[in-house]
Amino acid sequence: MPYALREALAAFRRTPLLAALSVIAIAFALFVIGLFGLTAFNIRRAIEKVEEKVEIVAYLADDATPAQVELAQQEVRALPQVASLRHVTKTEALATAMAEMEEFKEVFSDLDANPLPASFEVSLKAGSRSPEAVERVAKRIQAYPFVEDVRYGRDWLNTIYTIRRIAAGVAMVIGGAFALVAAIVIATAVRITVFARREEIGIMRLVGATDGFVQSPFLLEGLMSGLLGGVLAAALTWGTYRVLGSTMFQVEWLPSEWIVLTVIAGTAFGLLSSLVAVRRHLEQV
Amino acid sequence: MIRLTSVYKEYPRSGTALRDVTLHVNKGELVFLTGHSGAGKSTILRLIQMADLPSAGEVRVSGFSSKLMRRRDIPQLRRKLGVVFQDFRLLRDRTAEENVAFALEVTGTKRSAITPRVNRLLTQVGLAHKARACPDELSGGERQRVAIARALANEPLVLLADEPTGNLDEWAAKGVFELFREINSMGMTILMATHDLTLVRAHPEYRVVELAQGSVVYDSAAASVEAGRG
Repeated sequence: MPYALREALAAFRRTPLLAALSVIAIAFALFVIGLFGLTAFNIRRAIEKVEEKVEIVAYLADDATPAQVELAQQEVRALPQVASLRHVTKTEALATAMAEMEEFKEVFSDLDANPLPASFEVSLKAGSRSPEAVERVAKRIQAYPFVEDVRYGRDWLNTIYTIRRIAAGVAMVIGGAFALVAAIVIATAVRITVFARREEIGIMRLVGATDGFVQSPFLLEGLMSGLLGGVLAAALTWGTYRVLGSTMFQVEWLPSEWIVLTVIAGTAFGLLSSLVAVRRHLEQV
Repeated sequence: MIRLTSVYKEYPRSGTALRDVTLHVNKGELVFLTGHSGAGKSTILRLIQMADLPSAGEVRVSGFSSKLMRRRDIPQLRRKLGVVFQDFRLLRDRTAEENVAFALEVTGTKRSAITPRVNRLLTQVGLAHKARACPDELSGGERQRVAIARALANEPLVLLADEPTGNLDEWAAKGVFELFREINSMGMTILMATHDLTLVRAHPEYRVVELAQGSVVYDSAAASVEAGRG
């Protein structure tokens, strides 16, 4: 077994509590980020589903001339964000209302004049359904003098996006705090190990071991802590997903690339924390 | 082999440790470095290992210069030096053979080459029969022999010894010095810091350099040149 691996494993045996703390701290940091990932992923999926239904409805004044309406249709269809435009005439609007509201059918039949306005139903292309993009198109349509009102569900669209932003912010703050704790625990573990092995390190330097060789067991230890922490975080996230799915509501599991990324992030974090700590503490031996 | 030229060394807290030291040690020499505590003996050994750099002047060791030394070159220099200390500096949880093997392992020696070389070194220092003993099971003299075997493990060009007999009784000290003589007779350059004047006086055949307050105050090589001129 190579020296670095042997010593890294020995460090786990010598200070099991610190090693376990390092792994747990990394796991919790990544678990919080994993939970955010799960939330963000499912919110994104929900938004995608809702966004497919995002539609702008522009109600037209009764005195709009056919020429004005035709020209407006051509101009709106030409907008890059617009996927399609359907012109609903007053007659079609009334027919739809009568079909959808059976209980008012007689009321509609007894009317002398059709009270419902004609409208444009505008659907948007994927990628142009964010609140900002929808608002831009809505304002453009609103600018026509014969357009009386434009509706597009601005409030709930904004709410969903706000929830996503808050979830991201909270996850970053809590995940960052756990990451800081993990870095401190790893640095402490390295410091204790360096101190416990200071004689050995002194002899290694005395006989001509390179800095890389002296550092290698510590880096390997950090890498292994990070790897275990990443795997544990992925397992905790999966457990949460299972519990949520069976007790509260159905959520979708994360794509496998995200899981691999979590484990890689843990490994890289463990390695980097060890590198910073070992360089600092070895200078003092 | 070793050249110190107009070397000064100052420490921020303890002040001047060496002033204007010029010392040349040739290949194959055995040199006693003597003087009272604080005279600068250990400082010279540290400068030769480049554990410290001189405040002024230059230290050259086997082609390495203190003026051109980069941190990443230090391991290469250290592999050309074997170092022995008064307090042995052995790893207490490892056997004699593991202590010697450690020096080879950390410098990347192939595993297959380690065992035969460790056996040869322990035989050379007369401790083949104690290969499996830990330092606590060995006498002071035996521990120092293990330390010498470790110092020789990477086949250095120079052996530096900092008070190697300081912790030993008279007989053990004599035995360890006999080992140094034997190693030197095979061509190894040895620089031995010691304040054991009995040992130094018993071996007038070797060069003596005496330090006082950070300066060289006597060099038997220069004295014999002077005597020859006189």
